[in-house]
Amino acid sequence: MSILVTPDTKVLIQGITGSFGARHAKLSLDYGTKVVAGVTPGKGGQLFEERVPIFDTVDQAVRETGATVSAIFVPPPFAADAILEGVDAGLDLVVVITEGIPVIDMMKVKEVMRGSKTRLIGPNCPGIVTPGTGDRSHGGCRIGIAPGYIHKKGPIGVVSRSGTLTYEAVWQLTTRGYGQSTCVGIGGDPINGTSHTDILKMFNDDPETEAIIMIGEIGGTAEEEAAVWAAKHCKKPIAAFIAGTTAPEGRRMGHAGAIVSGGHGTAASKIAAMHAAGIAVAETPADMADTLIKRLQKG
Amino acid sequence: MNIHEFQARELFAEFGVATQPGRVAHSPDEAEKVASSLGGRLVVKAQIHAGGRGKGTFKNGFKGGVHLCDTPTAARDIASRMIGQVLVTHQTGPEGKEVGKVFVGEAVNISKELYFAILIDRATSVPVVIASTEGGVDIESVAENKPDKIMRCSVNPLLGLMPHQTRNIAASLGLNGLLMNQASKLFTNLYRLFIERDCSMVEVNPLVVTKEQKLLALDAKFNFDDNALYRQPSVVAMRDITEEDPREVEASKHGLNYIGLDGNIACLVNGAGLAMATMDIIQHAGGSPANFLDVGGGASREQVASAFRIILADKNVRGVLVNIFGGIMDCDVIANGIVEAAKETGLSIPLVVRLEGNNVEAGKNTLARSGLRLESGKNILDAAQKIVAAVKQAS
Repeated sequence: MSILVTPDTKVLIQGITGSFGARHAKLSLDYGTKVVAGVTPGKGGQLFEERVPIFDTVDQAVRETGATVSAIFVPPPFAADAILEGVDAGLDLVVVITEGIPVIDMMKVKEVMRGSKTRLIGPNCPGIVTPGTGDRSHGGCRIGIAPGYIHKKGPIGVVSRSGTLTYEAVWQLTTRGYGQSTCVGIGGDPINGTSHTDILKMFNDDPETEAIIMIGEIGGTAEEEAAVWAAKHCKKPIAAFIAGTTAPEGRRMGHAGAIVSGGHGTAASKIAAMHAAGIAVAETPADMADTLIKRLQKG
Repeated sequence: MNIHEFQARELFAEFGVATQPGRVAHSPDEAEKVASSLGGRLVVKAQIHAGGRGKGTFKNGFKGGVHLCDTPTAARDIASRMIGQVLVTHQTGPEGKEVGKVFVGEAVNISKELYFAILIDRATSVPVVIASTEGGVDIESVAENKPDKIMRCSVNPLLGLMPHQTRNIAASLGLNGLLMNQASKLFTNLYRLFIERDCSMVEVNPLVVTKEQKLLALDAKFNFDDNALYRQPSVVAMRDITEEDPREVEASKHGLNYIGLDGNIACLVNGAGLAMATMDIIQHAGGSPANFLDVGGGASREQVASAFRIILADKNVRGVLVNIFGGIMDCDVIANGIVEAAKETGLSIPLVVRLEGNNVEAGKNTLARSGLRLESGKNILDAAQKIVAAVKQAS
């Protein structure tokens, strides 16, 4: 197993005809992901890459193709509506790649989604990869913008707020012979759909996942909450890395959510929480995989 | 994005949030004119973004960026000593900030100072109101030392701040009777301003009760959500780029995310998380990062070249570390950008490049063939150690 998605998951892409969405839809198809539909209002009836049907609405796409998961690439002004369209269509999972959605829009989306059966991942995230068993992990489920080929099927779960740091960790694992069950980017915005703790719970319950790499950064207290949860409930070894030790207070470090304000959300506080929870903390981003491997060898 | 105090007052006026009467003045003449239109004691305040103005000193020797006076002539005199002069406060750094305008307002007879803020609570994903009877002081220290003096009220973002909530907040601040009505109106209007202008924080400190029993928002700090600026032209119009780091302004023109720091090792990285982690690892290796720079996931050759020009324009920089994990983007494209920029700028300081990912061999070949003096890093740590050593050796 894996978490959230399997190689059989049927995926639709909202914003499949935009340049960004099209590029990554093509890469997912090349990776072997079951991209069954695209949605672009006004382009219903056309085909993407001569094989993927395009629909005007998510509801039509779901009814015609049985898609259960959506990846959203639509521009920020239309993203909140696109998310709620996916929720209304009864999708299991909506993964929002779009960067730059106004915070107030996301607040309203989350409020509307309370109690909904749809899970939201992101926004401003690289997406999800459950590696396949083929050459360079071909045949897996790739939703979003991560490079597929760096993965390898295996027992390590990866969860992160950052895209490139996730790739860094995955590549370190793969080149050391350690494959991944599922890699999840939860996004760099201050308000997101799924937290570190949510993903840790899923990895903890997933029989295929044996150990976890958790990557966090400055801003908010989600990493501290995850550490507290892990100390009490997580049966599996975790290695963590926190970025932003040198970030100046009050400055937004690229990600909208990566900001230390009023002395809150510092890397030091997160690293201390990880240590207190018995989580192995990598001192530098160069040794994320090695820190986990060392922990595994200690038994 | 931040704004000036006088702009905050203009926003208050637009949304019906009670504040002290007054206006901005760009010259001593205008300051006198504004003062003549007001009554009673007057206050003249230098307009810069940095805090600590009251305790600051001008480079011409004039003490204090906030002054009280009694006549329009006196207001004119004070303004003439502020406008065009450089004010140094604990937040501006020793170089200070040139004052281009002053706010002239009616001085207020304060009987009570309170605190009122609206911000977005990340943990619950809803707006939250924070209020306290301890106004005019640093709210963080109140939260630390007298947590029972802080009251919080969560708002349903679909309903907005409800009238009964405004009354409960007023009551907790000891504002009863007629003051409660004023408070209820002020809080409602401030919440409307918060939502309609896409703020991420509005902090009124202090919110004051005057001796005449008027409730006024006396000083305010606004933060706006950068993600929403596309639909807030009136907020964008308030941007004052003379208050921003010119390097950051230049970087934003090229779609680059740059933040200047005070170290001497520049870094150029793709991805915000990796860029932060690269700064950290420079420090871990014993060096000091000169900047945060994320060229983005799909950087072009031109963007890499302009990124190089920006980091090299920083006179403190003694070495450059390039750290790229090219997942989708082609490492060879990046390598070509580096070569072009290094040649064009006549790079004369140490350069260490760590490339990994898509088409990495071609990228490494491009660098090797370029004839540039550069070192390659095997991984991030190796690269950081090499640049730190090279910079130490050169100095």
